[in-house]
Amino acid sequence: MTLALETTDLKVQLRLADGWFTACELSALVPGRGVAALLPDGRQVALFRDRADRLYAVDNRDPFTGAAVLSRGLTGTHRDRPFVSSPLLKQRFDLISGECLDDGAVRVAAYEVRTA
Amino acid sequence: MTTAPGATPTIVLVGHGMVGQRFLEALAERGLTATHRVVVLCEEPRPAYDRVALTSYFSGRTPEDLSLTDGEFITLHGIELCLGDPAQTIDREARKVTARSGQVFEYDVLVLATGSYPFVPPVPGKDAVGCFVYRTIEDLLAIEEYAKTKASTGAVVGGGLLGLEAAGALKGLGLTSHIVEFAPRLMPVQVDEGGGAALLRTIEEMGLSVHTGVGTQEIVTDASGAVTGMKLSDGSELATDLVVFSAGVRPRDQLARDCGLTVGERGGITVDEQCRTVSDPHVFAIGECALASDGRVYGLVAPGYEQAETAAATIAADETEQLAFTGADLSTKLKLLGVDVASFGDAHGTTEDCLDVVYSDSRAGLYKKLVIGRDGTLLGGILVGDAEAYGTLRALTGSVPPISPESLVLPAGAGSGAQLGPSALPDEAVICSCHNVSKGTIRGAVTEHSCTTVPEVKKCTKAGTGCGSCVKVLGQLVNAELEANGVEVDKGLCGCFSQTREELYEIVLALRITSHRDLLDRYGREDARGGDGCETCKPAVGSIIASLAPTIGASGYVLDGEQAALQDTNDHFLANLQKNGSYSVVPRIPGGEIAPEKLIVIGEIARDFGLYTKITGGQRIDMFGARVEQLPLIWARLVDAGFESGHAYGKALRTVKSCVGSTWCRYGVQDSVRMAIDLELRYRGLRSPHKLKSAVSGCQRECAEAQSKDFGVIATANGWNLYVGGNGGATPRHADLLAQDLSDAELVRLIDRFLMFYIRTADRLERTSVWLERIPGGLDHVRDVVVHDSLGICDELEQLMRAHVAHYRDEWAETVNDPEKLARFVSFVNAPDTPDPVVAFVPERDQIKPDLPLLSIGLRPADDALEGSAQR
Ligand code: SRM
Ligand SMILES: Cc1cc2nc3c(=O)[nH]c(=O)nc-3n(C[C@H](O)[C@H](O)[C@H](O)COP(=O)(O)OP(=O)(O)OC[C@H]3O[C@@H](n4cnc5c(N)ncnc54)[C@H](O)[C@@H]3O)c2cc1C
Ligand code: SF4
Ligand code: FES
Repeated sequence: MTLALETTDLKVQLRLADGWFTACELSALVPGRGVAALLPDGRQVALFRDRADRLYAVDNRDPFTGAAVLSRGLTGTHRDRPFVSSPLLKQRFDLISGECLDDGAVRVAAYEVRTA
Repeated sequence: MTTAPGATPTIVLVGHGMVGQRFLEALAERGLTATHRVVVLCEEPRPAYDRVALTSYFSGRTPEDLSLTDGEFITLHGIELCLGDPAQTIDREARKVTARSGQVFEYDVLVLATGSYPFVPPVPGKDAVGCFVYRTIEDLLAIEEYAKTKASTGAVVGGGLLGLEAAGALKGLGLTSHIVEFAPRLMPVQVDEGGGAALLRTIEEMGLSVHTGVGTQEIVTDASGAVTGMKLSDGSELATDLVVFSAGVRPRDQLARDCGLTVGERGGITVDEQCRTVSDPHVFAIGECALASDGRVYGLVAPGYEQAETAAATIAADETEQLAFTGADLSTKLKLLGVDVASFGDAHGTTEDCLDVVYSDSRAGLYKKLVIGRDGTLLGGILVGDAEAYGTLRALTGSVPPISPESLVLPAGAGSGAQLGPSALPDEAVICSCHNVSKGTIRGAVTEHSCTTVPEVKKCTKAGTGCGSCVKVLGQLVNAELEANGVEVDKGLCGCFSQTREELYEIVLALRITSHRDLLDRYGREDARGGDGCETCKPAVGSIIASLAPTIGASGYVLDGEQAALQDTNDHFLANLQKNGSYSVVPRIPGGEIAPEKLIVIGEIARDFGLYTKITGGQRIDMFGARVEQLPLIWARLVDAGFESGHAYGKALRTVKSCVGSTWCRYGVQDSVRMAIDLELRYRGLRSPHKLKSAVSGCQRECAEAQSKDFGVIATANGWNLYVGGNGGATPRHADLLAQDLSDAELVRLIDRFLMFYIRTADRLERTSVWLERIPGGLDHVRDVVVHDSLGICDELEQLMRAHVAHYRDEWAETVNDPEKLARFVSFVNAPDTPDPVVAFVPERDQIKPDLPLLSIGLRPADDALEGSAQR
C-alpha cells in the first residue's frame, strides 16, 4: 500500500494525534468535489476544496447508512457555512464542525487541514 | 312483482346522470341515505359519468376514468342501483314506478333527473346507417367504430358548443370534417357577430370546413341505406359518409307527460323554487329535464347541481338550510378545439342602456367584448381567441371592477393592458361556478383548514373539480392567501436562486452561460453569490447546461471542468450508487433487443467481476456490486463489445421499451422494435429535468405499456399514435393522446418538440406527468405549442434537438479512452490500489449481496480527531 506520493506540488495535510499527515496533492482536489483518503490506522477521511480554495476534512463514513461515501456527496454553502450532502440519503453535514444539519444528535469527526 | 316499501320511507330517483349523482351525494351528506331506502333507476348500462368531459374519451380517457362514482359510494350508502333498467311508467295515485324489467317500486318521494335527448331535425334519411348523435359514451363508441371502418369524411349538423366539440372529435379520428350551421355564425347562442367571425377564422385554420347560413334538407344514402352525403338548403350537396346531429337538446319529459305532470309549452317538467313539480308534492324534477321557476330549462351542469342541492335540502326539510333555485348563470367556456371561447353573464347585452367595450384583432383571431351597465357594473362578455381573463371576469360579473374595463380586454403589452388579479375580487364572488364556491370559502380553506396547495383546496371545497375552468384563478387565490398570511411562497429553485428552473433555463440559453459559478454570481440570491451553491442547484444547473451544451458552447462531456463538480455522485461516476457504497452498471440495450453474443459478454463480465445480475423493469440487465476502481475495467470490456452507457444514473432518457411487434406477433401492425431502437438511439444521453422513459407497442394490445411512459407510441394501421405524460411509480398516470396516425417522420418531429418544450419549461425533478398537470392550459396548451406552433418556437425546439443528436457521444467510451478522466475512479486518493474495505459481500441464491452487518457496525469515528477544522 502506497501512502505517500512523490511530487513537488503543494500537499494537503491533516492533523492526527501524532502530527501532520500528508493525504494528497492539492491538485488532486477539484473545487466542489471530494476525494477519500485512507489513514494509517484504516480509518477513511473525506477531503474537500471549495471555490475559494479553502480545505475541509471530515470522516468519510456516512453515520446514517454506515457506507464510506461522504467524499462523494455534493458540497455547498448555507448561510456562509460550508456543507456536504450525503449521496445516499442526502443529510447535510457542516464541513467545519462535522455537525449534521438535519439531526443535531449526529455528527462526524472533523479534522484540521493545511497545505504544505 | 312489487317491492314493498316497508317501514322506512323510500326515495326513488329516475336517471343516474350528472345531476342524479350529485343529488345522491347531497342526500348522503344530509344523512338521508341512512334514514331512507334509496332506489335509482338508470337507463344507461353504466353508472353516472362526467358527460361534460365526454369528448376527452377521444384523447384517451376511458369510460372508467370518466365515472363520477365508485361501487364503494353506492354500497356504503346502501343505495339500490338498477343499471340498464329505465323507468317505464309512473302511477302517481298509487305512488309506484314500474321499470322496464318489470320491477315495481313504491315511493314516498320521486325525483326525476332524466336529462335531455339530442334533437334530430325531421329531415328525410335521418335514421340512415352512419347517422349519430353525441350524448352518451355508447354514442361515442359507435361513432368511433364507424369512423374507423366505414368513413373518411364526417359532417356535423349544428355549429354550437357541442357541434364544435363533435367536429373536433371527428377530425381527431382522422376524418375530413364539416360543420353545417343554420345560423349565420358559429356558436350563435354564446357569441355575437364579431366573436363568430374571429371564431370562424380560427376553426377554418384548423382544417375544418364551416358552412354557415345553410340548413340540412336531406340525408342521401346508397342502396344499402348508408349515408353518402347531404343536401343543403342552398341547393348544394355535401359528400359525407358519417353525420352527427348536434342541433340542440330537448328535455326528456315523456315519462312526466304520460303520468299527467305539468310540462312547459316548449318542454320541461314545471317545478317551483324548491324543484318540486307544480302538479304533485311527492315528485321533484332536477337537471336538464326541469323547467325552473324562472321559466328556463338549463342545459348546463352547474345549475343542475344547484337544483340537486335544493331538492335534497327540501326533502330533508332542513330548517336551517332553506335553499331555493331561482335561476343561474349561463357562462360557458369551450374546451377541446384549441380555441379559447368563453361567454359569461349578459353576453349579448340585453340589459337596458348597457354599453359595450370591444377589442378586436381579426389577424390574430382575437375578439373580446365586455358588456357594462350605466353605473359601470360588469354585466357580461365574450372572449374569443384568448380567454385568460375568463375566471376573473366571470367572478367580477355583477360588480364594478376596480380598474377601467378597457384595460381588461386589451392584450398584455398593448399599452395600457392591465392584469386584474383575483385579489381584486370581493369575498362573495363565485370563483367556481360548477360547485358554487365563493372566494371567501376558498380563502377559508387556506386560513381555517390549513390547506396550502390547490389539490388540498380542491378536496376541501370541491372547487375546480367540475369543468376545471377555474383552476387557474384558484391557484392564484391560494398563493395570494398564503402570502397574505405571511407564508412566503418562494418559487425559487433553492436557497441560492430565486428563479425557477424554467427561468434559469432561459437565462442560460439567452446569455450562453456555461458555468454554475458564473450564473450564481450574476443571478443568484444576494447572500448566495460568491458561495458554492448547494446540492439542489448544482445538478439542476448542470443538467440545463448539459441539455443545451452544443447550442451554448459548453462541453458535451458532463464531467469536463466545472461540470464535474455539479453532478450527483451517480453522474460523477457514470454508475448508480448502491446502499453499501458500491455501484451498479447498466449498459444500453436499445428497445430491449439483444443478440446472443452480447448477452454472453454481459454474462462473462458479471462472472469475472463477481457481480450480481438482474433483469430490470426497463427491459435491460443491471450488474450490481462494482467498486469504483472496477468501473473502468468493466466498461473497457463493455465498450469493446459494442455496448454504450445506458444512462441509468442520469436524469436523462432511460429506456424505450418495445413489444415484438409486426415482425413476429400475429397482431402487430407496425415494426415496434425498430421504432423503439430508433427512438432510443435518437434521444440517448439527452439530459432533462427528470428521467425520461418511453415504450413502443406494435398494436392496441399495448404489451410494451406505452401509456405509462413519458412519451409512449402505439402502432395503428395508418402509422403511430403518440401519448405523453404517462408515469408509473407511486402516482401512476395514464398518458394522454397527443396526436394520431403519424408517419415515422411526423412522430419523431413531434417528440423532438415535445421533449425540448418539456426540458425548457419543467421544474427540477418534475416528470412529464406532473408537468403536464401543472402548466397552465395543460395538455391543450402543450398541443397548441408543439402541434400547432402557437408560440412560434417549434423551429427552435427542433433545432435544439438536432444539435443534441448531432453532438451525442458515448460518455463511457470517452472516459475509458482518457487516462485523465480515469483518475477519479479510485476508492482512495492516496492508495489507488486499495479497495474500500466497507464494500463487502455475502452469498445469496448463487450470487452476491451487500454484507450489511459489516455496514451497521461500520468503522467507529476517531476519538483523537480535533474538533473543527482549520482553514489553510
Ligand atoms: C433497477 C430498477 C429496478 C429493477 O431491478 O428492475 C430500478 C431501480 C431504481 N429506481 Fe426505478 N428502477 C427500475 C425501473 C423502474 C420502473 C419500470 C420502468 O421503467 O418501466 C419504474 C416505473 C416507471 C416510471 O418511472 O414511471 C420505476 C420507478 C421509479 C421511481 C418513481 C418515479 C416516479 O415518477 O414516481 C423512482 C424514484 C425517483 O426517480 O424519484 C425510481 C428510482 C430508482 C432508483 C434510482 C432508486 C435509487 O435512487 O436508488 C433505483 C436505482 C437503480 C440502480 O441503482 O441501478 N424508480 N423504476 C429498474 C431499472 C430500469 C432500467 O433498466 O433502467
Ligand atoms: C359532449 C357534451 C359536452 C358538454 N359540455 C358541457 C360543458 O362544458 N358545461 C356544462 O355546463 N354542460 C355541458 N354539457 C351538458 C351537461 O352534460 C348536462 O347539463 C348534464 O349532464 C345534465 O345532467 P342531467 O343529470 O340533468 O342529465 P344527464 O347527465 O343527461 O343524465 C340523465 C340520465 O337519465 C337517464 N334517463 C333518461 N330517462 C330515463 C328513464 N326513464 N329511466 C331511467 N333513466 C333515464 C339518461 O339515460 C341519462 O343517463 C355537455 C354535454 C355534452 C353531451
Ligand atoms: S402490443 Fe400488439 S403487436 Fe405488440 S406484442 Fe402485444 S399483441 Fe403483439
Ligand atoms: S367552474 Fe367548473 S370546476 Fe370550477
